[in-house]
Amino acid sequence: MIKIENLNKYFGNLHVLKDIDLHVKSGEKLVIIGPSGSGKSTLIRCMNYLEEPSSGTVYVDNQELTRKNKTQMAKSTSAMVFQQFNLYPHMTVLKNLTLAPVKLQKIPADKAKEIAMEYLIRVGLADKAEEYPHTLSGGQQQRVAIARALTTRQKIILFDEPTSALDPEMVQEVLDVMIGLSKENITMVCVTHEMGFARQVADRVIFMDEGKIIETGTPEHFFKNPENERTKIFLSKILH
Amino acid sequence: MTKLFSIRRWMQLFGDFDQFLAGMRTTLIVALLGLLIALALGILFGVLSSVKIKILPWIARIYVEFFQNTPLVVQVFFYSFGLPFIGVRIPDLMVGILGVGLYHGAYIAEVVRSGIEAVPKGQVEAAESQGFGHIQVMGYIVLPQTLKITLPPLTNQAMNLVKNTSVLAMIAGMDIMYYAKSWAGNNGFFYQGYLSAGLLYFILCFPLTKLTAWLEQKAKQVPSQKKINNGMEADV
Repeated sequence: MIKIENLNKYFGNLHVLKDIDLHVKSGEKLVIIGPSGSGKSTLIRCMNYLEEPSSGTVYVDNQELTRKNKTQMAKSTSAMVFQQFNLYPHMTVLKNLTLAPVKLQKIPADKAKEIAMEYLIRVGLADKAEEYPHTLSGGQQQRVAIARALTTRQKIILFDEPTSALDPEMVQEVLDVMIGLSKENITMVCVTHEMGFARQVADRVIFMDEGKIIETGTPEHFFKNPENERTKIFLSKILH
Repeated sequence: MTKLFSIRRWMQLFGDFDQFLAGMRTTLIVALLGLLIALALGILFGVLSSVKIKILPWIARIYVEFFQNTPLVVQVFFYSFGLPFIGVRIPDLMVGILGVGLYHGAYIAEVVRSGIEAVPKGQVEAAESQGFGHIQVMGYIVLPQTLKITLPPLTNQAMNLVKNTSVLAMIAGMDIMYYAKSWAGNNGFFYQGYLSAGLLYFILCFPLTKLTAWLEQKAKQVPSQKKINNGMEADV
């Protein structure tokens, strides 16, 4: 579903991604972990061209992702959930969910509303449909953001540290939604430090450090016998 | 002081007040049409400043820097006395409208640009990740929020524009200041002439000042994006 070949990314002189090769299968749940500055966010942002690769190729759904087709591809293949939620503050929750289906996918407004309500029920926020984002808690906003990503019914959902900006007591409500989602045949790529979540849903975990993928394995592998020294040090810091 | 309080002089002023009202009419027309031009140019160049295609922000930059860094009087004199040399004659009223329009358009472009930049980058990325193109992101996400942020500084620009129309007096533009100057000069009644001019400008500008203050107050009541970005529970 997503195939990355020889991907390099520079920010000025900073070499953030070094010769990345990665293949995410259709329906796979992939979790990316690693210390801050390891390039994991940059990698996931290359998957929908929010970052432009310096060299190398990204294929999504068997098509090469380019500057020219990035908008079209974003419209038809992937959705993203951000660390900072990034809801549109001047629109109600419902409008946040229906904007893309109505304007981009040309779904009739009442049908789009129906779909949106369906997903709001699913994330447990149907009663907030007419509220504005700023009246919601962080956890609620992120659940709305996930619902927004779902309403366009894409094959791929990218999660870029979806729980890192949340107060601790709100993390679980967001993870629960994501765990529910993982039971479906959607391809999920998730940058996170939540190893408990990884253990529950991930088919595969990759550990990144200094712009490279250093270790790959099942969640169990990372819990029981991580091989790389840096992986061990990192895990000892985030597992309690 | 006797000149200031001379009843005869004030009576004369009230007698000739229709001249001042004619000037007010010109000032209003120039201000309104000038404001329309300024808004159109300001929005156009403000949006161009934020486009990713390098040449467009560059063009906007040249426009803004050129008109902000030369005095309005020089610009207006150029339209009025310079352009006829190359065969372009513009009626005085048009000179006034174009003068304040082009000049304040440059300031409004900066207001619009900073308003666009004030919308958090994350929202643009969210819209892009959904498949919205640049123009759609501007139209649906950025500009509706920019409008709210920029209303107070825009009203402030409108007020400055009204005051700056007085530059027309220097090219005999039949505005408030022109009539005040000529009436005061003809009669030698400077206190009465210029005090009335000041009062008329005040009547036009004071409501705009109040409107700016009111809009600023309203803008403050909207919970800031910052709170949301911290991931904290936002107050209503």
